[in-house]
Amino acid sequence: MAKQAVKRSRRKLKQNLIGWGFILPSLIVFFLFMFLPIVLGFWYSLTDYTGLSKDYQFIGLQNYIKMFSDRYFKVSIKNNCIYAVWFSVLTMLVSLILASLLNRLMRFRKFFRIAFFLPYISSMVSVAVIWKMIFNPQGGPLNTILEQIGISNPPQWLASTTWALYAVIIVSVWKNCGYYMMIFLAGLQNVPDSLYEAAALDGAGRLQQYFKITLPLISPTIFLNLILVTINSFQVFDLVSVMTDGGPGMSTNVLAYRIYYEGFKSMHMGYASAIAYFLFAVILVITIFQFVAQKYWVNYD
Amino acid sequence: MKKAKSILFYALMFLLSFAMIFPFLWMISTSLKYDSQVFTTPIEWIPDPVNLSNYVKVWTEEPFLIFYKNTAFVAVFATAGQVIISAMAAYAFAKMKFTGKNVVFGLYLATMMVPWHTIMIPQYQIISKLHLTDTHLALILGQLASAFGIFLLRQFFMTVPDELVEAARIDGAGEGRTFAQIMLPQAKPALATLIIFTFIQVWNDYMAPLIYLNTKEKYTIQLGLKFFQSEHTMQYTIIMAGTVCALIPILIIFLVFEKQITNGMVHSGLKG
Repeated sequence: MAKQAVKRSRRKLKQNLIGWGFILPSLIVFFLFMFLPIVLGFWYSLTDYTGLSKDYQFIGLQNYIKMFSDRYFKVSIKNNCIYAVWFSVLTMLVSLILASLLNRLMRFRKFFRIAFFLPYISSMVSVAVIWKMIFNPQGGPLNTILEQIGISNPPQWLASTTWALYAVIIVSVWKNCGYYMMIFLAGLQNVPDSLYEAAALDGAGRLQQYFKITLPLISPTIFLNLILVTINSFQVFDLVSVMTDGGPGMSTNVLAYRIYYEGFKSMHMGYASAIAYFLFAVILVITIFQFVAQKYWVNYD
Repeated sequence: MKKAKSILFYALMFLLSFAMIFPFLWMISTSLKYDSQVFTTPIEWIPDPVNLSNYVKVWTEEPFLIFYKNTAFVAVFATAGQVIISAMAAYAFAKMKFTGKNVVFGLYLATMMVPWHTIMIPQYQIISKLHLTDTHLALILGQLASAFGIFLLRQFFMTVPDELVEAARIDGAGEGRTFAQIMLPQAKPALATLIIFTFIQVWNDYMAPLIYLNTKEKYTIQLGLKFFQSEHTMQYTIIMAGTVCALIPILIIFLVFEKQITNGMVHSGLKG
């Protein structure tokens, strides 16, 4: 008996050693580049760390308090909220419409799939560079087209403090809608045809079928996309950095840009870390809220 | 009537897809022009005459070749490292029993909730403590910890029947051999998906190179392109030629692996 127990515990020890051996490389990199930074970042956010000098002090919640009297931070929140609302709503709508159209196609499916997915797979920097030129108010193709169709005074886009943020939103929706479209498409393809046939027999029109059958049935997919799109809307950086550098003025300053600027340009790494944790909290709260709210509208059967 | 409707529908779809690819077409067309041909109304889609000198300039006078080499170096090693580390961990999580397994897996998954912006400053400080700022190694190291990669491969490994693994173990194969000779060959589709995703992600990455690299000779293609366009502010044709060059490798990968990429992105869910 005892011999068997020893044997068993020895086998267990061996299993543990091998198991931990296999995850050891991942443990090292996760510890160094994930867990440690998560803790360290929070610590920085409670200090006046500049990033340059070695001595810095614990200042409690002062960075967090300072945020709410910082004009630049407040503007970046406002911009980011405007961006998030427009980006989320438009991306959801456009990608759902595209997916619904694509789902009805019989031919050229592959061509359309490639065309709509192309912007998503391209790098943010390259599409930002292209769009920067398309938006050029003096002779850029967009305003040329707008003038041709009779808009005599088209917006100045990236040169205008009112329009720059919307220009970024347009590019963002164009760039990302293909991805969400693909997820919607997968959801739509799971809706059984028999349901539509039954509804058609009952005399339901196309539009009625769409709102009464399709949308409720794909509500889990809508929920998934909504979560992803809102999380992403608080992480916009590359586009802003390449297209506008946060300007003109402060008009396209968003949270991630603020973190970058305070941390690596102004060398206020403690303060930047506080904003970074604020960003994390915002994303967390919104996600939790959406998970609570889904009970009332997502249909899982 | 029905036919007319269907033609109208396809016309609408082609119009929409034209709107989606318009910027790319405009980019290619502009890259083949002389500066004087850029702002013509209406847009001259096929330039006359065609000008190839922008491409020649990008490859000979501009450091694009160096950017390419740097990016390929980072992308290859970051991808290889991430895939090997993820596959080993995923195998342990999927097919082994050991104490603390679920806790560690849970902690890994939880990191998916944390945006990169939240940890980039402390990550930068750790890299700088290791004296690795302004190196490609910094960019590679930053890509190695991937909860997404582990999760994706674990899901796939779970579908490999336990009997297959047990049989190998009974035959006396150690865990290392079972992993390398039974598991990995079974998981080829999932590995391919992860390799493609990671490669594209690293190739397209901009923010990490932006904070880590200072020396122009070390720039990756995205960072290089950003500075290239600010150095040539109004020279549209040459900027577009540079952009075409930055995009081409990803476009080729996309066209070759289109099915795998779109399916993989959808079915693995997350990963924005």
